[in-house]
Amino acid sequence: MAQMTATLPERGTEETALITGSEAIAVACKLADVDVITAYPIRPYDTVMQYVAKLVANGEFDCEYIVAEGEHSQFEIVKHASACGARVFTGSSGVGWMYAMEALTVTPALRIPMIAMVGNRALDDPGAFGVEHNDALTVRDLGWMLVWVDTAQEALDTALIAYRVAEDRRIFLPCGISCDGAFLTHSQAMVKIPTQDQVNKFLPRYNRADLLLHPDNPITVAPQANEDWVMEIRRQNYAAMERVPGVIREAYADFERIFGRKYGNPFFEEYETADADVVIMGMGTLSMPTRVAIRKLRSEGKKVGMVRLRWFRPFPAEELAKCLSRFKAVGVLDRDFSFGSPYMSGVVATETRAALYTDTISKHPPVLNFIGGLGGREVTVPDVEKIAHELYEAAEGKKKPATQWIGLRE
Amino acid sequence: MAISPFVEIDATQKLDPFKGVKKIPLEEYFTSGHRTCQGCESALVMKMMVKAAGPRTIVLGSTGCMYVANTTYYSTSWVVPWMHTQLGSSGSAGLGAAAALKAQMRKGKMKKEPINVIAFCGDGGGADMGLGAISASLTHPDYNFLILLYDNESYANTDIQLSGSTPYGAHTTFSPPGKMKRIMHHRWKKNTAGMLAAGHPECKYVATVCMSYGLLGMNCIRKALEIGGPTFVHSLDPCPKGWDYDPYISHELGELAVTTGIWPLYEVENHTLRLLGKTKEIAEGRYVRQPVRDYLMKQGRFAHFTKDDIDYFQSKVDEMWQKWLIPGVIPMMKDVEGDKPPAE
Repeated sequence: MAQMTATLPERGTEETALITGSEAIAVACKLADVDVITAYPIRPYDTVMQYVAKLVANGEFDCEYIVAEGEHSQFEIVKHASACGARVFTGSSGVGWMYAMEALTVTPALRIPMIAMVGNRALDDPGAFGVEHNDALTVRDLGWMLVWVDTAQEALDTALIAYRVAEDRRIFLPCGISCDGAFLTHSQAMVKIPTQDQVNKFLPRYNRADLLLHPDNPITVAPQANEDWVMEIRRQNYAAMERVPGVIREAYADFERIFGRKYGNPFFEEYETADADVVIMGMGTLSMPTRVAIRKLRSEGKKVGMVRLRWFRPFPAEELAKCLSRFKAVGVLDRDFSFGSPYMSGVVATETRAALYTDTISKHPPVLNFIGGLGGREVTVPDVEKIAHELYEAAEGKKKPATQWIGLRE
Repeated sequence: MAISPFVEIDATQKLDPFKGVKKIPLEEYFTSGHRTCQGCESALVMKMMVKAAGPRTIVLGSTGCMYVANTTYYSTSWVVPWMHTQLGSSGSAGLGAAAALKAQMRKGKMKKEPINVIAFCGDGGGADMGLGAISASLTHPDYNFLILLYDNESYANTDIQLSGSTPYGAHTTFSPPGKMKRIMHHRWKKNTAGMLAAGHPECKYVATVCMSYGLLGMNCIRKALEIGGPTFVHSLDPCPKGWDYDPYISHELGELAVTTGIWPLYEVENHTLRLLGKTKEIAEGRYVRQPVRDYLMKQGRFAHFTKDDIDYFQSKVDEMWQKWLIPGVIPMMKDVEGDKPPAE
């Protein structure tokens, strides 16, 4: 049972609270004055809905809070609410996200700026509550913006940024905010809670404008188009996704100006990369053991760095390729699998290799893939040390397998 | 009906019944541009439904004939705002739209006014795939919306495949009569409206209609929208393509469905059951049910029926009228525990 720990600040005073990643996102929903929220239970994302329910029950948050009868309905309800002009929030985890798949498919196609939290969870079977990234990654081709966050503070801030970007008329696409199950959804940290005034300054009201479904604007949404027009309509979604990086940059710049918190490059975070020989790349809370291991390795004289990818969709290919080409070897740590993919690698490694295959850079470092931390298994400091060791050997020209599993019981 | 103090109800539009065919407004909100078949009764249902509702209405349509044939890109037939919803999502669509209006009007983000929300589905979308979502949505007393199920008794848009609402024995592309099996589809039609009325005690209005009795059907829709909360209307629609008959007898077949007693017309308004039209006359003994043969033999989908098949069909309809606790509504047999319902 989730207990609220955050005291919401009065207007004008920022406060600090010890809260989980899930609670941070619930607080962001309240600050964003979300209109319609749909809940359905599945661990670990559902803690966010427990916090939302408390806020509503205590009269601190005015929204329609609807408990649906399944994830498909959960996502369909907010999809239609958003078409009628409401700011919406929902979420899921693991197979719950998969159960909503049809709704997830049509949401970006309809240009619905839905914000969904994905409490990343291993897909069934066998049952496991722990984190894997395969759930959120399944929508990577459909027009969802996908972002992975690392801390509760980043979860709160990114939720506000996600509304700002998604609801921009140039974009109108949904955004999934991935929070690693347990490691982030259920772990408390000190979080600065912005004031309502700051949020109001940063986040304009959602304006569905010419696409509003209302008797004053009698449009027909999503008619049967067939081969006559489907390509042109897909192309509009392509163009919207193409505009996202620019809008993300604007939003982060405004965020820094209004809230005073800096995220640097919005798309990925670099840690100890300035003089690094090799880097380890990954998403989400994998950064924790990686940072610790990097500090240890550096004390031993090994120049290892980390690149933590935040925005997976749109994938920051050009910038990332430019960054990674500086190093002698790159290790991508995937908390996911893609059976039968090129070199049997994980999704992030496969996309990273694709990003590097470009003529805008001349140097192509070897990219080794490490699959680990599946089903919520911890990626340990010795795991990261082993990866660094492999990367150094690859940098020296030693032949290495394209994909290795780490932390696997023999 | 007692209402919980925690339920927040918004005003609905005042929609008095049309007092005769001549009082029906001339304005059309479902007009040209659609490509439905000649004699399509479901298209008539769309036209009557939105005429009954009026211009301040949002319509959400699940996948099915009334999506694919009605909303060709660039030639939509809808004058009111219309949005596609997924096959199994009519319940969720109605709920989501109604919740959005409620929240925004309460918070001052949208002008306060009663707006009708209608989500429609076919029998595939309503009686099969979307039943769970419809059921869930009918338990939400705070939101005003109507779910209309237009039942042409098959997945008619995808080539006439059987649904849970297809009558016993009907020839569909998934149930063709063959050399070994004359009757491939031996399931009896689902009792959708009765199930929804019985299963959702907070739902204020459930009705069955047939647009061969257009005025009655339109007034049921008006009542469903005015009464507030989530409501459900189930319409039986003859389908020339799926039922295999000459389009000019669509209207007659709708009448026969009712006069043979196969499709009872009724409404459940605030827990009060009322039989309507010819169905009421049958129940009161003022009208003798026509033999089902007259209905079945006019349709190609039953052309393979032998006398035994017709007799079986007739016996099932007789059973419904003679043995059900409430004919057409509650299929528990009266004579199991005596003739009276157990309540006082």
